[in-house]
Amino acid sequence: MSAIELKKLTKTFQTKDHQVEALKDISLKIEEGEIYGIIGMSGAGKSTLVRCFNFLERPTKGQVLIEGKDLGELSEKELRRQRSDIAMIFQHFNLLSQKNVVDNISLPLIIQGVKKSEAKKRAKELLKIVELEDKEKAYPAQLSGGQKQRVAIARALASDPKILLCDEATSALDPRTTKSILELLKEINKNLNITIVMITHQMEVVREICQKVAIMEEGIVVEEGGVEEIFDTPKTKAAKRLILGDKSKDDDILQDSKVKELLKSGKKIRIVFTENSAFEPVVSNMILKFNTPINILGADTKNVGGIAKGEMLIQLTDETKNEEDIITYLKERGLKVEEVEEDV
Amino acid sequence: MFSSEVIQMLITGVGETLYMTLVSTLLGYIIGLPLGVLLAVSDREGIRPNGILYKALDFISNIIRSIPFLILLILVIPFTRMLVGKSYGSTATIVPLVIAAAPFIARMVEASINEVDKGVIEAAKSMGASNWIIITKVLLVEARTSLISGATIATGTILGYSAMAGSVGGGGLGAIAIRYGYNRYETDIMLVTVILLIVLVQVFQTVGMKTSTRLDRRK
Repeated sequence: MSAIELKKLTKTFQTKDHQVEALKDISLKIEEGEIYGIIGMSGAGKSTLVRCFNFLERPTKGQVLIEGKDLGELSEKELRRQRSDIAMIFQHFNLLSQKNVVDNISLPLIIQGVKKSEAKKRAKELLKIVELEDKEKAYPAQLSGGQKQRVAIARALASDPKILLCDEATSALDPRTTKSILELLKEINKNLNITIVMITHQMEVVREICQKVAIMEEGIVVEEGGVEEIFDTPKTKAAKRLILGDKSKDDDILQDSKVKELLKSGKKIRIVFTENSAFEPVVSNMILKFNTPINILGADTKNVGGIAKGEMLIQLTDETKNEEDIITYLKERGLKVEEVEEDV
Repeated sequence: MFSSEVIQMLITGVGETLYMTLVSTLLGYIIGLPLGVLLAVSDREGIRPNGILYKALDFISNIIRSIPFLILLILVIPFTRMLVGKSYGSTATIVPLVIAAAPFIARMVEASINEVDKGVIEAAKSMGASNWIIITKVLLVEARTSLISGATIATGTILGYSAMAGSVGGGGLGAIAIRYGYNRYETDIMLVTVILLIVLVQVFQTVGMKTSTRLDRRK
């Protein structure tokens, strides 16, 4: 059974004179113990989506199943109880400014009716996990952003949740603090076996900790799968735009009629260099080995989530006989090879 | 400078003014605080929107607030007589004071609660908090500082109103000022009462603001 399953989820917002479709027909499965990223530009609907996971937003159509339980069928009271299994952290931490650290962390337990003294005891234990034992009496205003997020994480863990939703949890933090928070989330995922859903617009966050990722654009999940796979060979335009950056300039050259004519002949191949393959002069060696000319149509290096990634588009001429061997040769050297049809 | 009777009278006046002000503020909050919470909660942006309830409360509180206090004093005399048994004196004055103060207090409470960060409310919801818990453990806690400075303003306003009630048979410093200063041209007594009123307002204001700042954890 999946930890979270969405079935044909749609959310429409009714404004005064028109409807806004924030989410359109989204189906997803997130398995237990996964760290699952949902990435997209602002306005793509990812924050609305994550709020459907605990029914802070009620979907207009479709179902949300948490461990097989349909949230839409729960009563108000049952839903509130269910929410204690689904903790959430936020971009702006959302701590009570008038309560100290221990009282903030105790809040979910107090809400569940746990005795104050017990809640405080548990809060102090949680402070150890997030390495803030010395701050128990501090107020949020006295803490740095990273420390506030640590308190928020401790608070989220207080009710022993099975799922942790992170809504742009690192977006307000500097890169170093982001790294340390991501490390903490990784540990929590591993040691407490909590399923984590990361909503973010930061590629490096997904690259750093997620195993699977969904790419969202305009309320639709355009692509979904393993992080490695999607980051190395994005299929859809939206995914390419998000991961590889704006490619419109390159496209312009390829739209040129002369170039188009030239492209008609021969097989076109996109090669993606990952870290380890950048050291060997693969293409030169290939030409030497097969003794065949190739046409380099374009090459580029991109910073994808903090990792340099090279991409080259080559064209094999009509005379090339051993196409299959060439492709196998490239693949053997750890490159991702993809044949390109019309849409270059 | 003053005879002992006059001094005795001023002391009694201060006592009556404090009695009217503090009791009215307390009763005003007993009615106004829940009303203010209801206003904030039933608002379109509130945690449990309810258009009809909001509009009804909004309408009532606006009507009462738009009646000048002096006229309200006279308007509610039959009601006052029914509750207290007479329509003059300090205790009788508390009735119109509470009626005038409650909607004013409700509005200030509403404003204080509306200042609470929506993100914190969302966080509480995500923990499975009921609306009652959100009100008691989040809204009233986070709005604490603002509520206290609101109470300070309310107390000052009610003190001013209580002095006004002196003109139609209320007690306290206001009554003394009108009886001696206005009716009998004893300007010195009037001046002293005014100074005493100023001192009282200053004391309330200082204590209120100090408390509010001391309890604020945002800095």
